[in-house]
Amino acid sequence: MSLLATRDLTIRFGGHVAVNAVTCAFQPGTLTAIVGPNGAGKTTYFNLISGQLKASAGQVTLDGRDLSGFSVSQRTRAGLGRAFQLTNLFPRLTVLENIRLAVQATREGGHRRGLNLWSVWSDHRGLIARADEILAAVALADKENELVANLPHGDQRKLEVALLMALESQVFMFDEPTAGMNAAEAPVILNLIRKLKEDPRKTILLVEHKMDVVRELADRIIVLHNGTLVADGAPAEVIASPIVQEAYLGVAAQNASAQDGTPPHPGVSPRRERGEQP
Amino acid sequence: MLTRLLSNDFPRNRILAVVLVGLLLALAFMPFIFPGVKALNVAAKILVFVVLVASFDLLLGYTGIVSFAHTMFFGIGAYGIAIASTRMGPGWPAIATGLAAALALSFVLALLVGLFSLRVRAIFFSMITLAVAAAFQTLASQLSEVTGGEDGLTFKMPEVLSPGYQMSETPFLGVMLDGRLICYYLLFFTALALLLAMLRIVNSPFGRVLQAIRENEFRAEAIGYRVVVYRTTSSILSALFATVAGAMLAIWLRYNGPDTSLSFEIMLDVLLIVVIGGMGTIYGAAIGSGVFVIAQSYLQDLLRLGSDTASGLPWLSALLSPDRWLLWLGLLFVLSVYYFPTGVVGRLRAMRQRA
Ligand SMILES: Nc1ncnc2c1ncn2[C@@H]1O[C@H](COP(=O)(O)OP(=O)(O)OP(=O)(O)O)[C@@H](O)[C@H]1O
Ligand SMILES: [Mg+2]
Repeated sequence: MSLLATRDLTIRFGGHVAVNAVTCAFQPGTLTAIVGPNGAGKTTYFNLISGQLKASAGQVTLDGRDLSGFSVSQRTRAGLGRAFQLTNLFPRLTVLENIRLAVQATREGGHRRGLNLWSVWSDHRGLIARADEILAAVALADKENELVANLPHGDQRKLEVALLMALESQVFMFDEPTAGMNAAEAPVILNLIRKLKEDPRKTILLVEHKMDVVRELADRIIVLHNGTLVADGAPAEVIASPIVQEAYLGVAAQNASAQDGTPPHPGVSPRRERGEQP
Repeated sequence: MLTRLLSNDFPRNRILAVVLVGLLLALAFMPFIFPGVKALNVAAKILVFVVLVASFDLLLGYTGIVSFAHTMFFGIGAYGIAIASTRMGPGWPAIATGLAAALALSFVLALLVGLFSLRVRAIFFSMITLAVAAAFQTLASQLSEVTGGEDGLTFKMPEVLSPGYQMSETPFLGVMLDGRLICYYLLFFTALALLLAMLRIVNSPFGRVLQAIRENEFRAEAIGYRVVVYRTTSSILSALFATVAGAMLAIWLRYNGPDTSLSFEIMLDVLLIVVIGGMGTIYGAAIGSGVFVIAQSYLQDLLRLGSDTASGLPWLSALLSPDRWLLWLGLLFVLSVYYFPTGVVGRLRAMRQRA
């Protein structure tokens, strides 16, 4: 059983406080949606949890264990899995190789520490079978021998999520998993998340702008605004709260049906990031 | 069987396969095809370079590490054999001791360089390796008591590998079965075994992680691989293979000095070969070494020929003077990088994909 928690988690970039004393615990068997306008600090919060950024103050704990001294890969091995908002793959390797690398990094894969130098990669049938299973789940099986660099954007996004699925983590962090996907692609990913939700041992964190998705999937919503946690509770309750209505959701709800994953917000210019093609 | 031997990494292009088999056969039967001393020297140099360049490819092409200290490990291997053979007298124990000591030293140095500097940014790492290599070169020249300084060391090999040794009185297929021949085949089979070993390593689960690190270090770490450990291991392996290549060179030349195995020029040659052959392919090392060493060895002859025939045209003759071979080699390099940015192997493989 894993219980992920952050206590007073804070990071400052110069004078700018991107995440401000966020204290929050995430229970297994729950899907928590993290919402907030562009630049609210959602991705930065994830970076602090998974270790890409070092906190200025505060802690991340997993099962009560302080992860402060843990490197990124140690955190992953401890059970924190993450998919990135900006697609982050191995471009000149094939789709199958990408997934298999993730499968191999797990305890099951057995090669995590195993500097297995002398066996032939293609002989590890078990790992390939597992990779094929995951590729089938994201509807990429027919493209397994293509180079990732040649895949269309939507397929790269699917692969991004597939890499996380291959890791067999305790905690799954999705950062706008369906952003930039078309109407046919998004349901594939949402189905995966629905399926994952059925497992009572998994803790799921989902950053998502599309409010219809959040409404359907979330057991709980937390709202970040300027790096501060401003609301936390059951979906209906949070969505109804005045602060959320005015600061964020009023506008977001109108845009929820739009395909674009990052709706504009009052006072916050829509910040397009590298690799985020419409 | 072949799949095992090649670790399921076939040339994947017919022309490439033909060239590789051709090179293999040419090197295998060299003493019988061209019995001359020069031809055999060129062939032996190719064998040494195949190992040296492939070991560098492991580092540069597969792991994406730019190190300029590679000839240092090459030099350590050559000096290991040279110093041990000088001190202990010629013989197999000297070769074994020299090689073992050289491998141990390379291991420790590669580990230290790896642990201390693979964490820093790539450009700083390259600069550190450059500094370490320069320091080592100076050290080797200074310690003339042990290394023979600038003059280097000349030494003898065990009886069987010496030119004086005759296996039989009667020549076989018109070739004397002497110690040189045995020495050549020692190099040939060592190079072949090492090349196949490297092919296996890059096609192992470990090798794929190296490629993942080359492609996206950030994500490799994020899916749970300890990048520093993999990189350091790759550096060490590459250093060990380079060390054996150095030992092969010393065994063949029965001489070693700073210019033969430590010079920066060799480092440049290795870089050129890896780029011409095709980075991250291992096969590229074999093809590149073949092309490069032959060009380097015969370009001067070819130019002399051209210069003589063009003696009517003074400017052309001057351009074709054998002293200009470096110019022509440079031109060859620029052209090949321009037309084959992915190297000979990359280009050939891409051809097949389009077809
Ligand atoms: N490495 C960094 N250096 C400096 N500032 C940063 C860094 N990372 C994030 N920021 C700043 O922190 C703030 C929060 O950014 P973050 O990416 O976490 O927002 P977000 O909530 O994920 O937004 P979006 O919905 O657009 O993805 C932004 O103002 C951003 O410019
Ligand atoms: Mg974000």
